[in-house]
Amino acid sequence: MSSAVDAMLVMVLLLNFFVLGSSRIRSIIYTVAGQGVLLGLLPVMVHEGIGLRQAVVSVGAIGLKAVIIPRMLMRAMTDLPIRREIQPLIGFRTSLLLGAVATAASMGLAARLPTLGSAGSQLLVPASLATILTGFIILTTRIKAITQVLGYLILENGVFIFGVLLLEAMPFLVEVGVLLDLFVAIFVMGIIINHISREFSSVSTERLSTLKE
Amino acid sequence: MTSTQLILVAAGLLAGSGVPGLFADRRARWGEWVAVIATSAAAIAGLLGALLPDAGPSLRMSWGLPWGRFDVAADAVSRVFLLPVFLIPALGTIYGLGYWSQLEHIANGRKLRFFYGLMPAAMAVVILARDGALFLMAWEVMAISAFFLVTTEDDKRETRKAGWVYFVATHVGTLSLFAMFAVLRLATGSFTLAPTDGAVLDPSISRAVFILAVAGFGLKAGLMPLHVWLPAAHANAPSHVSAVLSGVMLKMGIYGLVRITGLLPASPAWWGAMLVAAGAVSAVIGLVFALAQHDLKRLLAYSSIENIGIITVGLGLALLGRSANQPAWAALGLGGVILHVWNHCLFKPLLFFGAGSIQHGAGTRRIERLGGLARRMPRTTGLFLVGSIAICALPPLNGFVSELLIYLGLFRAVGAPGASQLATAAAVAALAFAGGLAAAVFAKLFGMAFLGEPRSDHAIHAHESPATMIGPMTVMAGLCVAIGMFPGITAPLIDRAVAVWWSPIGSQAPSVRGLAPFDWLPFTSLVLLVLSGAGFLALRRALSPAPVQRPGTWDCGYGAPSPRMQYTGSSFGQLLGALFAWATCPRARRPRMGALFPKEARFRSNVPDIVLERAVLPLVRVAADFLRWARLLQQGQIQVYVLYILLTVLVLFISMYAV
Repeated sequence: MSSAVDAMLVMVLLLNFFVLGSSRIRSIIYTVAGQGVLLGLLPVMVHEGIGLRQAVVSVGAIGLKAVIIPRMLMRAMTDLPIRREIQPLIGFRTSLLLGAVATAASMGLAARLPTLGSAGSQLLVPASLATILTGFIILTTRIKAITQVLGYLILENGVFIFGVLLLEAMPFLVEVGVLLDLFVAIFVMGIIINHISREFSSVSTERLSTLKE
Repeated sequence: MTSTQLILVAAGLLAGSGVPGLFADRRARWGEWVAVIATSAAAIAGLLGALLPDAGPSLRMSWGLPWGRFDVAADAVSRVFLLPVFLIPALGTIYGLGYWSQLEHIANGRKLRFFYGLMPAAMAVVILARDGALFLMAWEVMAISAFFLVTTEDDKRETRKAGWVYFVATHVGTLSLFAMFAVLRLATGSFTLAPTDGAVLDPSISRAVFILAVAGFGLKAGLMPLHVWLPAAHANAPSHVSAVLSGVMLKMGIYGLVRITGLLPASPAWWGAMLVAAGAVSAVIGLVFALAQHDLKRLLAYSSIENIGIITVGLGLALLGRSANQPAWAALGLGGVILHVWNHCLFKPLLFFGAGSIQHGAGTRRIERLGGLARRMPRTTGLFLVGSIAICALPPLNGFVSELLIYLGLFRAVGAPGASQLATAAAVAALAFAGGLAAAVFAKLFGMAFLGEPRSDHAIHAHESPATMIGPMTVMAGLCVAIGMFPGITAPLIDRAVAVWWSPIGSQAPSVRGLAPFDWLPFTSLVLLVLSGAGFLALRRALSPAPVQRPGTWDCGYGAPSPRMQYTGSSFGQLLGALFAWATCPRARRPRMGALFPKEARFRSNVPDIVLERAVLPLVRVAADFLRWARLLQQGQIQVYVLYILLTVLVLFISMYAV
C-alpha cells in the first residue's frame, strides 16, 4: 500500500508545481480539483480497510474539494468579468524556483520533526508542509482575488494531508475542523470577490489597498 | 445543584439574553421582552446562588488550551461582589424598555441588548474565576462589551472619541494585568489564584504584583489619576449603560484589588497608606471636578470617581490593618468597602436612571437648561432626591452607614501609634471635606434641575417617564432606604467575606456588628427623621403668617422676573470652584463690558479633564510620532499580510526545529 500512497503524494507535489507554473486560471482550477480527488482517496489508502469514517471523510473531501468548490469558482469565472490570465507579482520561473526551495526545505524540516507515528508513508509530512508553503506562495504572489481563493484551497489541502496523519488519533475533530475551515475561507473570499466586483468594478485585490484608512 | 453551578447558569442566561433579539425584525418588540425575561430569571438564579449559604466545591475542568484551566468557585468575597452584577443589569433591562425601546432606536437597540447581557455575564465569570487565564479572558470580554456599549450611538463623533479613549485605557490596564499574572505565574508556577505565603513570594515579587494590580485594576476602577476614560464614556453612553458601567463595572477593579491583596502574604504598611492617600485624593478632586460640570451625566461620572476614592480609602485601611495585625481595622475597612460597593451600586444607577429619565423627558442633559422639573416630573424628582441624599452620605440612607464604617476604622487607626497615623488622619479630614463637597454638588444638581423655573423650552415641555423606567428606580430607592434603616441585615454577608480575606493571616476577624452600632442605628435614624420633620413643620409655621406683599413701583428691577435671573449651575458653584481653580484649570470666555449701554454678551466656561488634556493626550501624540515607522507594516495589500503570516510561521518553525 505504501508505494501507492507515495505515488499519490508525489502526484500532489507535482500538481503543486503545475499550479505555480501555470498562467491560466481555468487549468489551475482543474488542477486543484484533481488534487482534491487525490487527497480524498488518501484516507482510504493510508488507513487500510474502508471503515465508515474513512468513507465519510473521503466522500466529503472529494465532494467539497473536487466538485463543489471548483464549480463555484468556475461559475465565478463565467459570471464575473475576470480575464483568463493570472497576474503574478513575480515571474513564473521565480515562482517555480520558490516552490522547489519550499519543497526541499519541507523535506529537510520534516526529517528533523519528532516522528508522529508515520502511518502509511514517510512522505506525508513533507508533502503536507510543501503544499502549505505552495499555498502561501500563491497567496503572496498573485494579485487576483480568485487566485487568492485557490491559494487558500491549496493551503487547506496541505493541512488536510497533515490531518490524514492524525485521522486515527483525533479523527473527527481534525476532519470537521479542516472542512469547516475551508468552507469559511471560500465563503469569505466569495464575499470579497462580490464586494470587490461591485464596489471597484475590478476583481483585483490591489484595489483593496484603497481601504487602508 | 450547587450554588456555584446556579451562578454559572445565571451567567449563561445573561450572556444569551440578547441573542434571540438579534434575529428579531428591526421593528419587532419581542426581542426586548425576551431580554427582560432572561435577565430577570438570571437575576433570581444569580442572587439565590450568591445568597445561599452552601458555597459548594469549586468546579474544575481542563480545556484544550496550553494555559490555565476552567476553575471557578464562589467564596464569600465573590458572593458579595456578585450581588450587584445580577441585580443592576436586570433592572437596567426593564428600564431600557421605556428608555431605549427598539421602536425608537431601530439602528442600535439589538446590539445594545446583546452586549448588555454579555457584559454582566463576563463580570460574573471574572468574579468566579480562580485561574489567571480564565480571569483575563472574562476580563477582556467584559472590557470589549463595555466598549461596544459605550459606542452604542457610534454615529456621534463625541461618542466615538469617548469610546476610543476607553478602549486604549482599558487595554493599558489589561496589559498591566497580563504582566501581573505573568509575575505571579513565574513565582508560584501556576495561574491558580490561591493564597500564597511569604515563603513562595519574596517581598520584591509581591511588591511588583501589588503595583501592577493597582495600575491595572485602578484603571478599571477609575482611581485618580487613572480615571481619564471615565467621564466621557459615562456621559456618552446611554443612561442605563452608564448605570451598569458606574454601578458594577468600576467595582470589578475594586474586586480585583480585594482579591489580589487577599492572596498576597502580609503587606508592608506603605501599601495601605498609598491606597488611603490615593483614595482620599480621588474623593476630593473627583468632587471638585463634579462641581464644575455642566453635563448631568459627566457630573455623576466624576461623583463615581469620588465614591471609588472612598472605597479605596476603606481598602487601604484594611491593608493597614493587615500589616499592623489589627483585625478590627480590616473588618471595618473591608466592611466599609463591601457595603459602599453595594450602596454605590444602588444609588449611582438610581441617579443615572434619573438622569436618563430627565434626558428622556426634557431632551437635554445640560444642567443650565433644566429647572422646574419637580412640578413636571414629580416621581423622578422624589426618586432622584432619595439618590442624592444617599450619595451625600446623610442619614438615614445607606451611604451614611458605609461611610460610618470607614470613619470608625480610620478613627481607630488614628488612635494607634505608628506610621499609618499620618495617612489616616489626613484621610479623615479629606473624607469629611469630601462629604461637604458632595452635599454642595448634589444641592447644585438637584436645585438646578428640579427647583426654580424652567430655563429653556426643553424644561418647559418636559414630561414624566413611563412606569417601566420609574419602577426599577423605585426598587433601588427602596433598597437604599432598607440598607440605611436596617444595616444589620448585611452584617452576616460582610463578616463572611472579611473572614475569607483575613484568613491567610490566621487569627479570627471580629464581626462588623460588634464594631459598629448597627443595632441602634435605625433608632437614631428614626429620631433624626422625626426631629428634622418637626423642625421643618415648625419652620413652616413660623414663616406662614407672613403676609404676602405685592411689589409696587420700587421693585429693584424684579418686577417681571424671568427664569434667566435665577442662579445658574456655574454661579451656584462659583465660590467653591474658584477655591479649586488651581486643580481644575477652568476655561472661561468672559465678555468685556465697558460702555454705558453694554451690548448683548455671552459668558461661557468649561472644565475639561485636566489629566486627559494636559498629560495623557500629549503623551499619546508623542508616542504616535515615535511609532510612525510602524505604519510601514500597514501596506493595505492582502498579499503582504499573508506574507507576514508565512514569515511568522517559518520563523517559529525554524527556531523550534532547525536550530
